[in-house]
Amino acid sequence: MNPQALARSRDFDHRGRAWYADRAVTVFVFIGGTSAILFIGGIFAFIAREGLGFVFTEFDAGEFFGSIAWRPTSALDATYGALALIVGTASITGLAMVVSIPFSLAAAVFIGEFARGRVRETLKVLVELLAAIPSVVWGFIGFSIMNSLIIDVFDVPIGLNVLNAGIILGLMAAPIMTTIAEDALKAVPDGYREAAEALGATRWQVIRKVVIPAAKNGLVAAVLLGVGRGFGETMVVLMASGHSINLPDSVFDSVRALTATIAAELGETAVGSDHFRALFTLGILLFLVTFAINLAADTIMRGIRRKGERGRP
Amino acid sequence: MVAGAAPDGGGASADALSAKVVVQNLTIRYGKHVALRGLDLSIRRNEILGIIGPAGSGKTSFLRALNRMDEFIPGMEVEGRITFDGRDIRRVRNVYALRSRIGVVFPLPVGLPLTVYENVALAPRLRGVRKGSELDEIVERCLRRAALWEEVKDRLDSLGSLLSGGQQQRLTIARALSQEPDLLLLDEFSIAVDPVTTMRIEDVLKDLKNEMSIVLVTNLVQQARRLADRTAFFLTGEHVETSGTARIFSGIVKDPRTHDYIEGRFG
Ligand SMILES: Nc1ncnc2c1ncn2[C@@H]1O[C@H](COP(=O)(O)OP(=O)(O)OP(=O)(O)O)[C@@H](O)[C@H]1O
Ligand SMILES: [Mg+2]
Repeated sequence: MNPQALARSRDFDHRGRAWYADRAVTVFVFIGGTSAILFIGGIFAFIAREGLGFVFTEFDAGEFFGSIAWRPTSALDATYGALALIVGTASITGLAMVVSIPFSLAAAVFIGEFARGRVRETLKVLVELLAAIPSVVWGFIGFSIMNSLIIDVFDVPIGLNVLNAGIILGLMAAPIMTTIAEDALKAVPDGYREAAEALGATRWQVIRKVVIPAAKNGLVAAVLLGVGRGFGETMVVLMASGHSINLPDSVFDSVRALTATIAAELGETAVGSDHFRALFTLGILLFLVTFAINLAADTIMRGIRRKGERGRP
Repeated sequence: MVAGAAPDGGGASADALSAKVVVQNLTIRYGKHVALRGLDLSIRRNEILGIIGPAGSGKTSFLRALNRMDEFIPGMEVEGRITFDGRDIRRVRNVYALRSRIGVVFPLPVGLPLTVYENVALAPRLRGVRKGSELDEIVERCLRRAALWEEVKDRLDSLGSLLSGGQQQRLTIARALSQEPDLLLLDEFSIAVDPVTTMRIEDVLKDLKNEMSIVLVTNLVQQARRLADRTAFFLTGEHVETSGTARIFSGIVKDPRTHDYIEGRFG
């Protein structure tokens, strides 16, 4: 073998800077990537440790899910019925979705498919600005403006109720949903639109038959993210819902939400007390529902993907 | 043909009455850049008009103008007059109806994100065909004509985008045929198709000529020679000439540049 080749093959065992840099980066991104598992596990362990004590000793599933009597501070006879809180959160989130889904999907379709040039850019910036408004500001709007508006328009004694919190929460979730939905529409290749238009499809036909089906995954993700956002939002529902324990008969009734209850009461409880652990049980419930929503989203998207792969050679 | 017209000419006035499409003084711009300058050309009934020319000569831009697809391209401006069956296409009130009579096959296959079946059934559905049996029949007929049926008949429900490149291209041809167009525009359709399949599609095109007019933009000069009744030569936005294909390929040209191009002595 000639000496040059011999010298080069000696490099095979020499680990230079590039090799170590590669190793270091590999380890670093591995830690970054897997830390998500660590955090989720950690949060779950923490919540479970605090809440599970209650679940195994005091917890009465019948009372928790069946009673509206949330009286954690009663000295003689504390009861932990979370039904009204669950219904409160569900009704506000539900109304918020009724407000925000059509609104934000329409906005996304307009920005993504109809608006052109400067109009489009301006709208996008505005929507992103809206998304950046802190939730306490939205809560304030609900508490002051929306409150008196509802009292005036519907002639009801109090304007802090499901309607108020639902609308405010819907408006708050809409910009994020719009942005994500618009990203999903933008990810649909222009070639699809062109091909469909060439077939003689109208713009709406193109959107309905081609663009929306192609963007379905992203649109579902946008909606579910909005649901998750509404579910976990605290400040707005605390300020705009009336915060009173109640099974609502109509949107004009005040309610109290799970998150708002935790936020409002946690500071006043003794660490380790039954009340404290009952609040953690609410936390577990929130955690499980959010987890279920995400799991559902994931399954739906997998389902869509699998269906597409049917008949693959 | 109108009496007195040149036997091979492309003059708009010559075909004004009988032609499917008449293009007069067509200029296409992208901003300041002129992609096509003062084009006069007609597309006759039941002919294959070949268009050849090097990259950037304005072939695709011309096809876009024919079905008003310029509306989607920011900055693209079209001047001049195009008539389709005597109607000025700029002045039709329902552009979607116009487009639905013009089939387009793009250079790279664009399989819509739909099943094979739905790709072909979409255009019939858009024009209001609802009955399942009728759709089945259209889908099968179009896929057969595009020489694709045998390969996909067992997987009509799988996504069109999962087919191979060549199969997707035939799918887009089937889709264009499902429109029952009277004008078919093919833009370098064989770019992603193997030679054997290309030959099969070429045979199909020869048949289709009996039912429609076809504009065949191609980078393969020999493909124009095999298929086209007349051939137009574009060069950087200039329409150099249009002549009977047989004449051009036997060396009877009006402009020596045409000869140079088909002989491969160019650029
Ligand atoms: N969307 C666009 N924006 C700006 N300029 C464009 C656009 N599309 C085409 N052009 C320009 O117009 C000219 C003609 O382009 P065109 O696509 O019609 O050429 P072509 O003959 O189809 O070329 P090819 O054989 O490469 O497909 C080119 O100079 C091109 O750069
Ligand atoms: Mg082209």
